[in-house]
Amino acid sequence: MSTQALSRTTPLKIISLALVAAWLVIAAFPFFWTLWGSFKVQADFFSKADWTNALTGAETIRETGAAFTARGYYGAWVQEEFWRPVLNTLIVVFFTVIISLTFGTLGGYALARSGKRYAFWILMAALVFRAMPHITLVSGYLLPFFEWNVWGILPTTIIVLVAINQPFTLWMLHSFFLNIPKDMDESAMVDGCTRFQAFRHVIIPVMWPGVITTGLFSFLLAYNDFAVTSMLLSSENETMIPAIASFLGTTQVEGNVMFAVAAVVSATAPLFLLVMFFQRQIVSGLTAGAVKG
Amino acid sequence: MKNRTFFWFILPTLSAMVLFIALPIVSVFIQSLHIEHEQVLVVSESCGPFGCSETTAVDAAATEALREAQPLGRFNGLKTYTNRSHLAFAEVAEAWRTTDSFLAFLNRMFNLPFYKALLFTMAYTAIVTPCVLVLGLAVATGVNNLPKLLKGPTIFFSLLPMIVTPLVGALILFWMVDGDGIIGNSLQSLFDDPSLSLKASPALTWMMLMVYGVWHSLPFSFIVFYAGLQTQPKDTMEAAMIDGATTWQRMRYVTIPHLMPLVTFVTLIQLMDNFRVFEPVVSFQAQAHAPTLSWIIYNDLRESGNPLYGSAGATSMMTIIGVAILLMPVLIRTWRDYTRKAAH
Repeated sequence: MSTQALSRTTPLKIISLALVAAWLVIAAFPFFWTLWGSFKVQADFFSKADWTNALTGAETIRETGAAFTARGYYGAWVQEEFWRPVLNTLIVVFFTVIISLTFGTLGGYALARSGKRYAFWILMAALVFRAMPHITLVSGYLLPFFEWNVWGILPTTIIVLVAINQPFTLWMLHSFFLNIPKDMDESAMVDGCTRFQAFRHVIIPVMWPGVITTGLFSFLLAYNDFAVTSMLLSSENETMIPAIASFLGTTQVEGNVMFAVAAVVSATAPLFLLVMFFQRQIVSGLTAGAVKG
Repeated sequence: MKNRTFFWFILPTLSAMVLFIALPIVSVFIQSLHIEHEQVLVVSESCGPFGCSETTAVDAAATEALREAQPLGRFNGLKTYTNRSHLAFAEVAEAWRTTDSFLAFLNRMFNLPFYKALLFTMAYTAIVTPCVLVLGLAVATGVNNLPKLLKGPTIFFSLLPMIVTPLVGALILFWMVDGDGIIGNSLQSLFDDPSLSLKASPALTWMMLMVYGVWHSLPFSFIVFYAGLQTQPKDTMEAAMIDGATTWQRMRYVTIPHLMPLVTFVTLIQLMDNFRVFEPVVSFQAQAHAPTLSWIIYNDLRESGNPLYGSAGATSMMTIIGVAILLMPVLIRTWRDYTRKAAH
């Protein structure tokens, strides 16, 4: 009975489907448009005459002889050496994720197993820290970092990103560890394990789903960061996102906006793949903290 | 867990947070009480056949030495907080005295850099957050009604605006609404006004940034509400249907109460994230009409060669106070829940 009644088509249902369709177009179209446009010349993608030029590639054919061109990519990757920031991003992201997860698992486990009042206070402090705008923290780093001569190098940025990541990582892993029954590690301790041995031999083997999900979000934070990386890295150690921002300044003047477009597409592609492969984990991670209230 | 074991487990994460989140706040506060050194001036008198003249020159070496010796600058107390680019007491008082209508006064006040940024940041937070909640719920209900086969791809595409780097996502939209981009161009021909530019008018710039904000955050609330809808008990829904509740009534009296804890959660996260809006201002180059608190801090720090640490520190402190005010209700509520639980 219920299925029949629920599947009846009502005007309300049509409106809500139309809304979903509209949302899908709004969500996805900009990406496809930019991907398509990145293979055109500037006169087409930013057409002064007629926007359909971007579809047909009229100027691209006139300038290069074919409807698609990889000039933007060549300019970004070879001429402007975009591979350098990409390499830096890889280093920063890799170490940030590894260190964040190590710190976060230890701390999250301790918070989940301690019923003491101070554990609650640490979680509350983490919530407040989570709300701090990153740029306000950056303004506190700059002067000391200059004084100690550690400004501009990758390790400094990595440790700062790890710290900024901790509140979120702690909360998330804390709620994952709460889901792992207490009896497991406690029975190991009854059998004579120390707390750390119980953690190592009993908890670590079963914690990977939670750790991978948290790792995805740490990855996104480090990869997407602009406030910290743009202020704390010197130009030769620049990562991808500040590099794109500085592209805008330099290339707009020279009329090479397409370099920036190509770089933007290059930076988005890995995220596309990430969502494709880890969609389930991302969705479960977003809701993990929420559904528990 | 024993206190001592707890300490060793929590030590790495706690020290990272104390060193790089708590101490910087202290450092920001100290910086905000100081101001950059003035340049050291040397007055030299040179006498020629037509009398003596005094020339003033900057002693670069001495200035450099002074900066080297005291990198914080000289102590300035709370003066940075009250100067023109922050709370601007003098300017506000003057505006109050010289303008005859309240509207004119507000207009003058919100043209001062700090108030302008504060106004936009608050407007952005206040408008984007409810929009994200309502639209997210609407999309979630719609997707819930979709056939199973279509749900996966729909969620995939819906996630993109949120996952993509804010700076990059904003750039992608900016290129489309630019005068030569597809949307900007279409609007120009639609309104038959070739000079129409979304960047030129303050109202349109505000709207553009807020549309970006909703586009970027909607996936988050959508996913959370969608997950909430999956756990909705079928019995209540069927009981409501048997009682003759319309679709709208079922939504209002069954679904929304069920989702209420999630609404609180999404609101909290959205308030925190929207209050620190920063990257879209850089991408849309909207600083002239729509600066945000984060952006003015960034701008102070970016002054190449001579970053204004004092000024950035003062704005940062006030932003942090803003965040604290924003979070206060949540913290009080959590504290009450916790003490109630502990009492039992």
